Amino acid sequence: MTTPLHIGFIPLVDAAALIIAVDKGFAAAEGLDVKLVREVSWSNVRDKLNIGLFDAAHLLAPVAIASSLGLGHVKVPIVAPFNLGLNGNAITVSPALHAAIMGEIEGDALDPMATALALARVVAARRKSGAEPLTFGMTFPFSTHNYQLRFWMAAGGVDPDEDVRLVVLPPPYMVDSLANGHVDAFCVGAPWNSVAVDLGVGHILHFVSDILVRAAEKVLAVRQSWSEKNADVLAALVRAASHAAEYIEDPGNRAETAHVLARPDRIGVGAEVIQRTLDGRLKISPDGQRRESGRYLLVGREGAGRPDPAQAAWLYAQMVRWGQTAMRPDALRTAMGVFRPDLYDAAMGHQGKPPGASEAIGAFAGPAFDPRDIAGHLAAFQIGHWKP
Amino acid sequence: MSAESSPKIVIVDESPIRAAILEEGLREAGFTGVVHISEMQSLLARIYALDPDVILIDLENPSRDVLEQMFQVSRAVRRPIAMFVDQSDAASIQASVDAGVSAYIVDGLKKERIKPILDLCISRFNAFSKLQDELDRTKSALEERKVIDRAKGILMKVKGLTEDEAYVLMRSTAMREKKKIGEIAQSILTASELLK
Repeated sequence: MTTPLHIGFIPLVDAAALIIAVDKGFAAAEGLDVKLVREVSWSNVRDKLNIGLFDAAHLLAPVAIASSLGLGHVKVPIVAPFNLGLNGNAITVSPALHAAIMGEIEGDALDPMATALALARVVAARRKSGAEPLTFGMTFPFSTHNYQLRFWMAAGGVDPDEDVRLVVLPPPYMVDSLANGHVDAFCVGAPWNSVAVDLGVGHILHFVSDILVRAAEKVLAVRQSWSEKNADVLAALVRAASHAAEYIEDPGNRAETAHVLARPDRIGVGAEVIQRTLDGRLKISPDGQRRESGRYLLVGREGAGRPDPAQAAWLYAQMVRWGQTAMRPDALRTAMGVFRPDLYDAAMGHQGKPPGASEAIGAFAGPAFDPRDIAGHLAAFQIGHWKP
Repeated sequence: MSAESSPKIVIVDESPIRAAILEEGLREAGFTGVVHISEMQSLLARIYALDPDVILIDLENPSRDVLEQMFQVSRAVRRPIAMFVDQSDAASIQASVDAGVSAYIVDGLKKERIKPILDLCISRFNAFSKLQDELDRTKSALEERKVIDRAKGILMKVKGLTEDEAYVLMRSTAMREKKKIGEIAQSILTASELLK
């Protein structure tokens, strides 16, 4: 007998493990009959998961935590037994802002500290000349994109709440907004950075892996109550996603993966753009300059699938740093409890951190992250809402 | 309801017809302060300028995520809340998601004042999708009839049948192959294209 499941997703490349699990038969092999439902907003995914219209969802990792804490919205405990992707976002800037940053930069353009300091000088010059503050687009208040942008610019001395504007934009609107000057830059997942570069309206300034070596991005999310009642089904789903992730990471399957993801009812953009993302070989400027990175988007490799509670703690620390919530030990425990390596281990039949996993977080600025001392960690940063 | 006490309602919807249906319903019910926003550019700035008590948005609209920014520490004077925050009314949450609409309400507006707005919204959204379904069904029925007529014409010409004979042939083939007559007609058209 097969178990019918409804799973919501947003058309982004890091939904790949779910899409491939369904379209290449890994879910069926586990006895699951999955109906993937394409959604247009994270709010919809969250709400439909919360009220039970979805059994599981492709979800922003911080939304899973915010939902479990009841931040900004109704409190529904969520658990994440599988990471659908690590990293995968990029910061893209308009040609004008790119030129301005390059005009101010001292040092390597791939060094996020150098670009952040240059951005600070651009921001200061604009203020002096009475120009409007720069506007940065990101995808959701509780998103890695929001925190990654903030972390980067604050390291250079730019206060994201005072010196620039941060606005939420749905990913499909990012490129248009950059082209028509509504925003000067954005942080978004694939494929939208590449689309902007291809259209000649943006330069990819950073892969977010320049900012954080290993950052949890999207998770496979289910309601905690559902996970308790459907432990076997959940384990089967985790295995299906994990086998799909393995399939995707095999270079021999990349072309087929990109082809499947490109379908109009899945991501609906060209297969070539999707494959660039999976391969970590991106065109970063309209003149055709390319950049390769083994860390652009991790789907499964380096133990990416196994949730790491330290990642959840880092995301919670960002919520505290930027004033989205207060610092509370019980809230930190709740946040870390959203990421469930135990459920992953139970499903996969092995235990412990997989070999070859890179350091959690690995931020380019500030002290190494220690989940046991968030206050001490945050105290090292000057810009932010939280004060010791 | 006097103009002063009527809450200011903003409808965010890219479908002008659905917005009009909803707006009309709200006005009939005595809600006079209704503004429709169809342009998603600078959505948040426009909403802040209008300073509404209630915001209604369709769930097909990606800009719902933009509205979520209102919950952040913002420079906005009043703090809105999402209708889903109140878990006491699970049935109406379910009904509104099924209907495809979501509401954001400024904190402090009384629940009994929201309920009629939301109920009306749900029923108008449902009425709209019913209309849409009927329209789609009529359209596809018309399409199918055109395809059947063309297939009939081909059979009449190629096999020298009368119109009735051509139809009977298609119908019996459909029954034998357990397919719809429209599908058989479509295969005839495809085959005849290929054989041209």
